[in-house]
Amino acid sequence: MNVQAWTFVMVASSFAVYIGVALWARAHTTGDFYVAGGSVHPVVNGMATAADWMSAASFISMAGLISFMGRDGSVYLMGWTGGYVLLALLLAPYLRKFGKYTVPDFVGDRYYSQTARVVAVVCAIFVSFTYVAGQMRGVGIVFSRFLDVDINTGVLIGMGIVFFYAVLGGMKGITYTQVAQYCLLIFAYLVPAIFISIVMTGHVIPQLGFGATVTDGSGQHLLERLDGLNQALGFEPYTDGSKSTLDVFFITAALMVGTAGLPHVIVRFYTVPKVAAARISAGWALLFIALLYTTAPSVAAFARANLLNTVADAPYSEVPGWFKNWESTGLIEFTDKNHDGRIQYTGPASEVENELKIDRDIMVLANPEIAKLPNWVIGLVAAGGLAAALSTAAGLLLVISTAIAHDLLKRGFSHNMSERRELITARVAAGVAVCIAGYFGINPPGFVAQVVAFAFGLAAASFFPAIILGIFSRRMNKEGAITGMVVGISFTAAYIIYFKFMHPELNSAEHWWWGISPEGIGTLGMLFNFASALLVSRFTPRPPRGVREMVDRIRIPKGAGKAHEISV
Amino acid sequence: MPHKHHKEKYRIYWRKNLHYLAVLLSIWFVVSYLFGILLVDKLDQIRIGGFGLGFWFAQQGSIYVFVGLIFVYVWLMNRLDKKYGFEEEDGDE
Repeated sequence: MNVQAWTFVMVASSFAVYIGVALWARAHTTGDFYVAGGSVHPVVNGMATAADWMSAASFISMAGLISFMGRDGSVYLMGWTGGYVLLALLLAPYLRKFGKYTVPDFVGDRYYSQTARVVAVVCAIFVSFTYVAGQMRGVGIVFSRFLDVDINTGVLIGMGIVFFYAVLGGMKGITYTQVAQYCLLIFAYLVPAIFISIVMTGHVIPQLGFGATVTDGSGQHLLERLDGLNQALGFEPYTDGSKSTLDVFFITAALMVGTAGLPHVIVRFYTVPKVAAARISAGWALLFIALLYTTAPSVAAFARANLLNTVADAPYSEVPGWFKNWESTGLIEFTDKNHDGRIQYTGPASEVENELKIDRDIMVLANPEIAKLPNWVIGLVAAGGLAAALSTAAGLLLVISTAIAHDLLKRGFSHNMSERRELITARVAAGVAVCIAGYFGINPPGFVAQVVAFAFGLAAASFFPAIILGIFSRRMNKEGAITGMVVGISFTAAYIIYFKFMHPELNSAEHWWWGISPEGIGTLGMLFNFASALLVSRFTPRPPRGVREMVDRIRIPKGAGKAHEISV
Repeated sequence: MPHKHHKEKYRIYWRKNLHYLAVLLSIWFVVSYLFGILLVDKLDQIRIGGFGLGFWFAQQGSIYVFVGLIFVYVWLMNRLDKKYGFEEEDGDE
């Protein structure tokens, strides 16, 4: 069978599984819909959290980014895993004990304020939509390249599937489909990595092959070889960084803290039955994530070596089929500037002009083809990429619909809404959110990458300090928390908008404050948030007694109860 | 929390918890920010296999340590809950 037939088989059978699971796990109550009835086993929740978290960005883009960035790519690896340590130690157990459905619920109750709740709802919706747009680009790429359907049709099919199981199953349906999606995506990620590792280094485990010698008998280590190849073509050596140490520090911190503050990740810890289960399920989640995240840098290095060996100075007339296929999607562009019929792929330090443009997003998808793996592996990778994009999109849509139906309408305006009405509203909201996300998929904003920096920066600078202070400081009051969130968000948003949207021509290290890029500025916003919150709270009244007692109760696991029972 | 003895137990429990957090988060900081970012060039002079040590911490080692930290935390906290009688009973569910 050819690649397209295999891809079709893999994608169609995975979609059939998702629909089957959704029918089996339908939601009957708002508790089912928001937090899967609060009865999900920690290992299952860990797997679902991992699928929820690992998006098209992790599966499709990340290894490609690292492949081009070399050591600077470490910011994503540490940033997107280290956040789970913060989440497990500082947030998950306490929020689970608090026992309500959402992050705005916590912010609103802990700070006894509708204003705080509304600020949190707006942030949650903004962050989530930003993210959904990114997933849709991933879905579009996979469909257009592998199934030969046009991007719009691909997005519509993807949205149809998500609509079906998110609207029908709510959190319960999503949780169990995410488990299936995790299994598929990790299998699809590991299989080509193992294949390539064996071919290039003789090691079955890619994490070991990464540091081993190449099999061509030269006795050279893979990473030395890469450093050499990169330098010969005028790129930075692979294992050296070009970003400033301070900027790397700030970006890593912004990604870590942003991860811990993302509402669709936090909400997963409400779905387990107990506080102890919330703690351990963060551990399982990170273990499942680490499986992919420690493989990704190996894949990045293999892909870089393979790419350079295949294309550098190769005659254009003899390029392999995958090169032409990606060229037709516009994600690889070759212009023969010196008309010698060969591909000059060179870096900034080279005297020869570069003739090749490669979109970083294609590396993971093209890698099995570049390494000449069997067709079924290529189909598997395509299905895995879709699983990663769809699982994250579904989790985000649920946050959006919950934010609208529960936080804004029920808790904000219409307190006596019946359970039935609320469930219908949540489903309608999920449906509307799917349509908006579909619109972004078909008309992708040209600034997806920029907006993602925005999402992390905002999550880091707004939610994280408010939640941490809410748990660890009994003295923190609503004046402090609201000031902190407003200061953190406004500063971070202003900095990013200034450099990314208003004056992109000034977006370089010499204009940044202390050399901190817009990607890392959320860290500074977070520090401003903490500082202003602590300062203002010193000069304003203590929170009421009931709230201080609530903080005391959150700090011990005893008496947790199910999330959906306490909430009403 | 009306009972005086209970209040004292709660205070010690919480302080122990903060102590664990301080130790675990220090390790978290050292393996990622210190080894993987601030000292990466110095550590890269030490080679293990094909890796410079700093590069290895930045792209592999820190992640393994993160996973370990969470499981150690879970073990410590479950033990602490039991010792001070703050664990959830099965009836809690």
